[in-house]
Order: sequence, then structure tokens, then C-alpha cells
Amino acid sequence: MAELFHRKLERTAIGFVVAIIAAASVGGIVEIAPLFTIHTTVEDAPDMRLYTPLELAGRNIYVREGCYACHSQMIRTLRDEVERYGPYSLAVESKYDHPMLWGSKRTGPDLARIGGKYSDFWHVAHLTNPRSVVPESNMPAYSWLARTALETEDLGRHLRAQRALGVPYTDEMIANAAGDAFGQAAPDSPFAAGVTQRYGEKTQVSGFDGVVTQLTEMDALVAYLQVLGRLTDAAYSNTAAPEQAPNPTN
Amino acid sequence: MSEVYGESGMVQQLTTGERQNALVIIVCVFVVGIAMAAAGGSDPLGVHGVIVLLFGAGLAALVMRSYYEPEPTQDRPSHYYDDPTKVGIALTLAWAIFGMFMGVWTAAQLAWPDLAFDAPWSTFGRLRPTHTTGVIFGFGGNALIATSFHVVQRTSRARLAGQVSPWFVLLGFNLFCVLAVTGYFMGVTQSKEYAEAEWYADLWLVVVWVTYFVLFLRTIARRKEPHIYVANWYYMAFIVVVAILHIVNNLAIPVSFGQAKSYTIWAGVQDSMVQWWYGHNAVAFFLTAGFLAMLYYYLPVRAQRPIFSYRLSILSFWGITFFYMWAGSHHLHYTALPHWVQNLGMTFSVMLLVPSWASAGNALLTLNGAWQKVRDDATLRFIFVAVIFYGLSTFEGSFLAIRPVNALSHYTDWTVGHVHAGALGWVAFITFGSIYTLVPSLWKRERMYSPVLVEVHFWLAVAGTLIYVFAMWNSGILQGLMWRTYTQEGTLAYSFLDSLVAMYPYYIARAFGGLLFLLGAIVAAFNIWMTVRAVPATVDRRTDVPETGLAPGAAATPAE
Repeated sequence: MAELFHRKLERTAIGFVVAIIAAASVGGIVEIAPLFTIHTTVEDAPDMRLYTPLELAGRNIYVREGCYACHSQMIRTLRDEVERYGPYSLAVESKYDHPMLWGSKRTGPDLARIGGKYSDFWHVAHLTNPRSVVPESNMPAYSWLARTALETEDLGRHLRAQRALGVPYTDEMIANAAGDAFGQAAPDSPFAAGVTQRYGEKTQVSGFDGVVTQLTEMDALVAYLQVLGRLTDAAYSNTAAPEQAPNPTN
Repeated sequence: MSEVYGESGMVQQLTTGERQNALVIIVCVFVVGIAMAAAGGSDPLGVHGVIVLLFGAGLAALVMRSYYEPEPTQDRPSHYYDDPTKVGIALTLAWAIFGMFMGVWTAAQLAWPDLAFDAPWSTFGRLRPTHTTGVIFGFGGNALIATSFHVVQRTSRARLAGQVSPWFVLLGFNLFCVLAVTGYFMGVTQSKEYAEAEWYADLWLVVVWVTYFVLFLRTIARRKEPHIYVANWYYMAFIVVVAILHIVNNLAIPVSFGQAKSYTIWAGVQDSMVQWWYGHNAVAFFLTAGFLAMLYYYLPVRAQRPIFSYRLSILSFWGITFFYMWAGSHHLHYTALPHWVQNLGMTFSVMLLVPSWASAGNALLTLNGAWQKVRDDATLRFIFVAVIFYGLSTFEGSFLAIRPVNALSHYTDWTVGHVHAGALGWVAFITFGSIYTLVPSLWKRERMYSPVLVEVHFWLAVAGTLIYVFAMWNSGILQGLMWRTYTQEGTLAYSFLDSLVAMYPYYIARAFGGLLFLLGAIVAAFNIWMTVRAVPATVDRRTDVPETGLAPGAAATPAE
């Protein structure tokens, strides 16, 4: 009977295509659509911050260089992972991430909570030549990041595109994007105050690559690495073994 | 003149009207290139605009050079249209060598990181997608398009339903691949694995793919057989579902129309699910369904035996089409993705073993009774090994999708080993088996230039695959165990760095295995090139023509 039905089906090209679409659609619809409607999919985190323009620029460099090919940003709910990297990752921590960078492979360690664990200076030295600080490392060297000026003029457009996708950047943030990017890496400049005012007191304002006169891609990438895992403290109260978020003094 | 395989011979297969249509399309591509170059300026989008307009200019020159050549003869409909397949095979081999070379290079970089030469374009992160795109879309995609054009005509006993559109599909797809790969060198990427190409390349691929779908469906509508053959079910599923996956996963907002950079509309946990729904079903419908189509045609042709069971074919086809789409969430075990989705993904992944092994079993039972051919014929042995690795890697896939197993394997080289068991052992083996079957008949040669070189290729490929997969099994399991090993005091026994240091011997072995596989592909390209160059044997091909009602004797009349 079923075979007879199929013998009819395979005589009509359009019917066959419709059947393929029907069969192939079910799984995706059942698994994806509820992720938007079930409220508990993404936890509440009232203290969740936004990426500053400099951090977003750094994130785009992380994407551009394909860092996600070797580093995950997703600590799984396994004992050894929590002890090695920190509290397991929550969905809310990447709720503003277009795209998510959870990764699929750890040729290098997970970076979900790398923020604040090392000094800016260490990151700059490590990115410039990983083997100068970790002799056994197989990570590529990114010395040219410190020599490349950061493009800031279009950051307002980036923030606007993000807002169109639901990230709550304000008009003020969009208007001041380029200045805020500069100010976050130049603590003594007049632009610095606006950054913490717009993005919160917890925002790290520092020289990052150690040179405050020029804003480089190294500044942006280090700023991004330093904010990883620190946009909200939700994960620290949500874990089986609560602990303090790192509070570096670099 | 249709026996001449320069580009002038290919343009001659088009009527003047068709040559004009081709030129109109090429001019449109050229204009789009100019617009992209103007809007992009110094942005990578501008560079891509220049590439697009050069692509258009090059094609225009090819068509113009033969524009006033004589038109094809009236009996054109009584031939199959194989020129696009021939070019597709050449492109398949070119991309194979490029993509596999990038694979060997990136593999070597993991063992010797200074092989990046301190330049931005040559770091592992930028090169890795050139490898994955090069082999999946460049090598695999061209092989699928080329063979689908060949198979759909033979199994429908009808000529392709278009003269210009097959070229549009083939060359348009390659333009997509070129934009994708050149973009990665410049750092243009969405960071979505296996969907890294940016918004404008993605839009272009939609246009190409819709044309492909219409062309394929119209050719099937011309068929002289009442039933649609199994291989075409798989090609249709491949074309239709890849379109759905591609569109949904790549929805994005560009920062501006003058910039390559865009932001995906999906965020966080939903993005992870959409990405791996796409990613896993790129495996399912690009790397499985399409290549099963090859299997269902070239295996019976080469073995000279009919497919063992029609019912098994039906069972496995619908099982694969339905189950696979649920399985993507097994890439996200123990993550912030809700548990219920992980459970569904695991369950369907395990169930997938049934249709997968139904396919593999159907293929092996087809070979049952022809084992002496498998022993003697290296081409059939390529297909046989492909089936074995298909069975093996689908079993491994279901196994790795079980949550506690995944706790050990995920994030490690085991995943990489699993992927390559499938990509080398299954996808590349079935492709080379199909190409070795196809090339002599397509170019009307009695056999390949050198059967010995086919044999050499076979053993290089087997050795390369085994070395690669064993290296990654070892490194992956070792890595996973080191990460979770505790001392008696209850602390982690190894630092991450300890696990990296332990990887180096395996990374060297893996690069060596990949190198052997690349050498095999180069041997194949040489052998095929020499076969094409050889003087045609006088093989009677009058039986290999579509049913048109015209007298088949007219087929031999030259164009002039």
C-alpha cells in the first residue's frame, strides 16, 4: 500500500518537491520556533551591559580573524569545565551576540570568561607573539594588530545596524560611537568620561595596548577579550558552586 | 565540430539568440561588479566588485571570440548536453587541489605555527574557511552540479531544459566560491561555520540556486520515463533543502550597502540553534543526499548490477530527509541551549542510523555477487570504500551525538576526525569513483589514460584517510580524557597546555595523511587531463542519446 502510494508520488515532480519540503521542515520548526516563545530559554539579567563601540569593534576583529575556529566561548555544564574555566555559560550572556561565537573546537582554551584573568599587557604580549609568553603555543602571531589603526568612523553605522536587530543602543550611543571608542582606550582624555556614563561604571577604560595616542586594532581586540564573561554577573549566582567574579586591578 | 572541446566548440552549441542572452546576463554581472566597486571603494566589497567585473569581462571575451562561429545543427536536441558537465569536472578537480592544499597547509600550521609567515591573510583563522569552502563547495559543489546534469539527463532520457542556464548555474556557483574564498583572505566572514560568505555573495547564491532548481525540475518534467529515478530524488532534496537552509541561516543586515560586513539577524542561543540546524544539514543535504545521488547512479552503472532493493531506497530516502533536520542540536550538548532541544537532537541522531545503514546496506548488497569486480577495478573499489566509510561515519555520528559520549568528544579533534572520515572516506571517494566512471564515457574514450594511476590514487587516498582519521581519533580521545582527568586530591590533573603539547605528534601525522590524499588528487587530475587529451577512440555512442523521435543516425553529423 505504502509502496503503491510512493509509486504515484514519484511520478510527479512538483508533488515530490512538496513532499520533500514538508518532511524536511518539521524538525526545524519544532526545534527553533519555541526558542523565541518559551520565556525561560533566555534567563533574566537586569545588570546585562552592552558592548561598547570599542569592544564591538574588537569583537568584529575576533570574527574577522576567525578566532572562533580554535577558541570556544561556551563553558558546558560539566564539572571539569566549570573548575577549569568558571561558571557554565548562560544563554543570557550571549543574548546581544549577532552572531554568537560559541565555537565548536578547542585547539586553544575556552575564552567565555577570559575577561579580567590576565592583564592588558599580557594580552598584548601574547597576541604579538604567543610563544614569547607560552613557549609551547601553536597560536598564530598577530603583531600587525598593534600597527593597524582602528577604523572608527563607521562605528555609528555598526551600532545602528545592531539596534535594528534589537540591541538597545540609544541615539546618544550611536552619535558618540567614534568618540567613545577613542575615549575607552585613552583614560586621561576628555572622551573617557562619556564612556562610563553611557555604558556603565563597570566598563574598563584603559590604555589597552599601552599607547594612548593612537587607537589600534590591538586596543579593540584586547578591550573585547577583557569584557568576555563580564557583561553580567548572572552566571556567578546561577552556578552550583557560586563564586566571585574576577576583579582585576590592572 | 561538437567534438572539439575548446571554448569555441562550447559557444558553438549555442544559437545566436542564446549567445545574445548569455551576453545580456554577462553584461548585467559586469554592471553589478561596477556598482559594487563604486559603492565599496576601499572596503573589501570594492575589491569583490573588481573581481565580479573581471569575471564578467572574461566571460564576455570568451563568448565574443566565438560569437560569429556557425550555429549548432538542427539535430542538437537529439544529443545530451554535456559541455557544462565537462567544465564542471575540470572545476571540481581544480577546487579539489586548491582546497586540499589549503587543508594540508592549515594542518601543518597547527604543528608549525610559524608557517603563517607573520602576515594577516595567511593566519590559521583566515585560511581555515578557505579549506572548508574550497573542499565542500568548490570540490563537492562542482562535483554535484556536474554529475547532476549528467545523471538527470540519462535517467530521464531527456536533454537538459536549457542552453544558457546550465552555464549560469555552474559559472555563477563558481563565482560565489571565488567571492567566498577571496573574502576570507581579506577577513570577510560572517563567522558562521560553512556559511562564512557575506551577504552579497549569499544573495548571489540564492539567484544561482533558484535557477538550478528550475532547470533541474524542468529537465525532470521532460522525462521519457514515467517514474523519477532514485538518484534524482536525492538531487532534488539536495537542491531544495540547501536553499531553505542557506536562506534562513544567512538572513542578515549589512552595516551599509557599501560595506562587506553584516550582522546576522539571529542572536545568542537562537543563533546557535539556527547555525547548527544549518551546519548539520549542510552535512545531510550537501554532503550526504547529493552524494547518495551519485552512488545510486554510478554504483549500478559501474558494477553493471541493478540497485538491490527499491523499498530500502524509499525507506532510507524519507528517513534521511525527515530525521536529519532534527539532529543539529547534538552540536550543542551541555551548552546554554535548552535541554529539551538537546534531547530531541540526540534522539533523532540515534534514529538516523536506520536510514543511513539502509542506504549503505542497499549499496553493499548491490555489490554482492560482483566482488571480483571490486577486487579488479580500482574505480569500483573507490565506490566500495566510499560505502564502507559512509556506514562507518554515520555510525560514528550517531554515537558521538549521545550526550555522555559527546561530553568527551566535543571541542576535541575527534569531531575533526569524524568529519574527515565522512569528507575524505565518503564524499571524496564516491566523487572520484563517479568521475573515473564518467570521464571515459563523457569524452568517448575506451578507458582512463592510465588504470595504474587510478590504482595509485586509490592507495594514496586510502592510506591518507586512514592516517588522518587514526591520528585524530587518538588525539581527540586523549585530549578529551586529559581535560577531565582528576588527581587523587580531586584537582584537575592537566593544564590545557599539557593537552596541547600532547597533540603535536598527531598534528604532524594528520598533516602527512592529508598530504597523501592531496597527492592522490593531483594524480587524478593528471590522469584525467591525459585521458581528455588522448585521441578519441571510436566508441559507438549512438545508444547514449535522449529520446526525441529524431533518427539517432543524425547525431553523428558534424556541425559544418
